[in-house]
Amino acid sequence: MESVLGRYRNLIILVGVLFLQVLGLAMQVKKSGNDEEKTRLIRVWAVDAVTPFERAVVWAQNGSSSLWHNYFYLRGVRAENRQLKEQIEHMRLEQVRLSDDAAQARRLQILLAFKEQFISRTVAAQVIGSSGSDLSRIIYIDKGKNAGIEPDMAVMTSDGIVGKVLLVYPSVAQVLLISDQSSGVGAMLEKTRLQGVLRGTPNGEVALERVMSDEQVQVGETILTSGGDQIFPKGLPVGKVTEVGNGKDLFLNIKIKPAADLSKLEEVLVLIEKQEQPAQSEDAVHLRASDILAQRLPSVPDKPAADAKSAAAGTGTADAATPPQTPIKPQITKAARNSSGASSVHITPLPEPRTEPADGASTPSRKSDGTTVPTTAPTTAAEPDAAQIKPAVPRTKSGSPSTPSPPPPNSQPPVDQNSPQ
Amino acid sequence: MPITYTSGEQVEVYRFSFPVTIGIPLLALFVQAFVPLRFPRFAVYFDLPLLVTIFFAMARRSPISGLLTGSVIGLAQDMLGHNPIGLYGIAKTVVGYGASSLGVKLDVENAGARFLVTLAFYLVHAAVYFTVARGMVNMTQTWSWPHGIVAGLANAFLGVLLYFLLDKFKQRT
Repeated sequence: MESVLGRYRNLIILVGVLFLQVLGLAMQVKKSGNDEEKTRLIRVWAVDAVTPFERAVVWAQNGSSSLWHNYFYLRGVRAENRQLKEQIEHMRLEQVRLSDDAAQARRLQILLAFKEQFISRTVAAQVIGSSGSDLSRIIYIDKGKNAGIEPDMAVMTSDGIVGKVLLVYPSVAQVLLISDQSSGVGAMLEKTRLQGVLRGTPNGEVALERVMSDEQVQVGETILTSGGDQIFPKGLPVGKVTEVGNGKDLFLNIKIKPAADLSKLEEVLVLIEKQEQPAQSEDAVHLRASDILAQRLPSVPDKPAADAKSAAAGTGTADAATPPQTPIKPQITKAARNSSGASSVHITPLPEPRTEPADGASTPSRKSDGTTVPTTAPTTAAEPDAAQIKPAVPRTKSGSPSTPSPPPPNSQPPVDQNSPQ
Repeated sequence: MPITYTSGEQVEVYRFSFPVTIGIPLLALFVQAFVPLRFPRFAVYFDLPLLVTIFFAMARRSPISGLLTGSVIGLAQDMLGHNPIGLYGIAKTVVGYGASSLGVKLDVENAGARFLVTLAFYLVHAAVYFTVARGMVNMTQTWSWPHGIVAGLANAFLGVLLYFLLDKFKQRT
C-alpha cells in the first residue's frame, strides 16, 4: 500500500488539488446568487496585493505627464486659446437656441406626465487596472466605498456609458464593462425607439439583442440607454450601429460600436446619486396642463351679458337642457388632463348658417381658473366670426402642428348633438 | 524504468529565494492587469502568469511544487476577474504539473525546447480553461484555432525572452 502511495504520490496530490478546486468551483456555481459575497474575502486579498502597485504607477505616470504637458510642452497654446474663445462665442449662441428648445420640450413633457431621471451627483475616478484577461472584461477604479460608491452604480464617461460597479472595496471598486458577456444594459434605438438588451460577446464586441428581425435598423443609428435596467438613466449615449444581420430565433444581430472607447479608459464618472422626479418647467411650475392649453389655444370668448339677455328674450323659452333642433356637429379640438387628474374637452360648433334662433347650443366658456368647459348658451349669430373658429390642428409654440393626442381614459366623450338625448 | 532523455546527473534542479518566489508571480499579475489599460490587445494574446508558472515548474522539476505554484498563481489570477474562482486555478495546476514532469524528463534549458514547450502548454491551458468554463460554469466560450495558434506563438516567443531574464534568479541546490 505504501509503495503504491509513494509511486503515485504526485498524481494523487494532483488529483486532490484539482478535486478541491473543482469542488470550490461547483459551490460557487451552485450559489451563484450570492457568489460575490462568498468569495469576497479572497478577492480582497488579491486586489489589495495588486492595486497599490497599479495606483503608484498611475500616479507616477500622471505626475510626469502633467509636468511635461503643463510646464514644458506649451507650444501652440496661445493659438489654441484664441480658437477656444471663438468656439465659446459660437457655443453661447447655440446655447441660447438650445435652451429655448429645451424649455419647450420640458413643457411638453409636463403635458404628457413624463418622468425624468436626473443625474444628481457623480464621482470622478481614475482607472488603475484591469482583470488582465479577455475572458473577464472588468476594470478597477481608484475610488471605493469611502467615496460613496456602491454596487450597481452606473459608470460612464462624457462620451457614453462604460459599465456598472460590480464589487466595492474601501478604496477600490471593480467595474464590469458593457463589453463583458455577463453584462446587460437596457438600450433603445434613437430614431425608431426600438428597445433591446445590450450585451457583450465572447470576442469583446457589443451587440444589441432582442430586436425582432422584421424591424428596420439602419447602420449608423445611435443607441441610447432606455432606463429599463434601473441602473443607467434614460437617454445616455451608448454607441452606434455598425452591422445589422439576421441572428437566432427571429431576432436581429446588431453590432454596436460603443460611444466610449472602452479600450482606452483613463477617467470615468460614477453616478452615485440619481433622483426621479416629474419634469418641471421653470416658468410653468404652478401651471396645470389645462391652463397651458387654455392659454395657447384660441377659443370662443364669453358672450357679453347683454347679448345673452337679448338672445334669451328672443327665444322666449331658452332651456339649456333642451337640445338644439338644428343639428350642430361639435368639433373636438383637444383633450387634456390637468394636473389634478380632471380632464377638459373643448367642443366648438361648426360655423353653419342658421336662420332661426336655437334653443340652446353647446359652447365652451372659460372658468375663473382658466379651464374651458362646455356649457350651453343661446346662439343667435348666423355667421360666426372667422376669428372665433378654432383651427383643426392646434399649433405648438414653434408653429409646427402638434400631434393630436388621444383623449384620456376619463375624459368626457364628445357630445353628439344628433344623437337622441 | 521510466524513459528519460536526460540522465539524473544532467538534470539541474534549481531553487529560488523567497522574494523571487513571491515577487515574480506578483509582478506578472500586476503587469498582466496594468498593461492592457494602455495596450488592450495585450490581454488577448499574452498570459504572463502562465509563462511564470511554466518557468518555475520547469526550473524546480518537482511535480508537487509545480502544481502548487500553478494553483496559487491561477487562483490569484481568478481573484482579479469576476468569473468564478478556480477556472485559471485548475488550468494552471495542470500546466504546472505537466511542465515540471516534462522538466524532469527533458532538457528544457535551450531556446528551441522552451519555445515548443511553451507553445504546447499554452494550448493545453486554453483547452482546460475552455472545457471547465463551458462544462462546469456554462460560460459562453468559442474555440478558435487561429487565435490559439497565434497567441501560443506570441507567448512562446515572449516566454523564451522572459525565461532568459528569469534564469538570473536561479539558485543551484
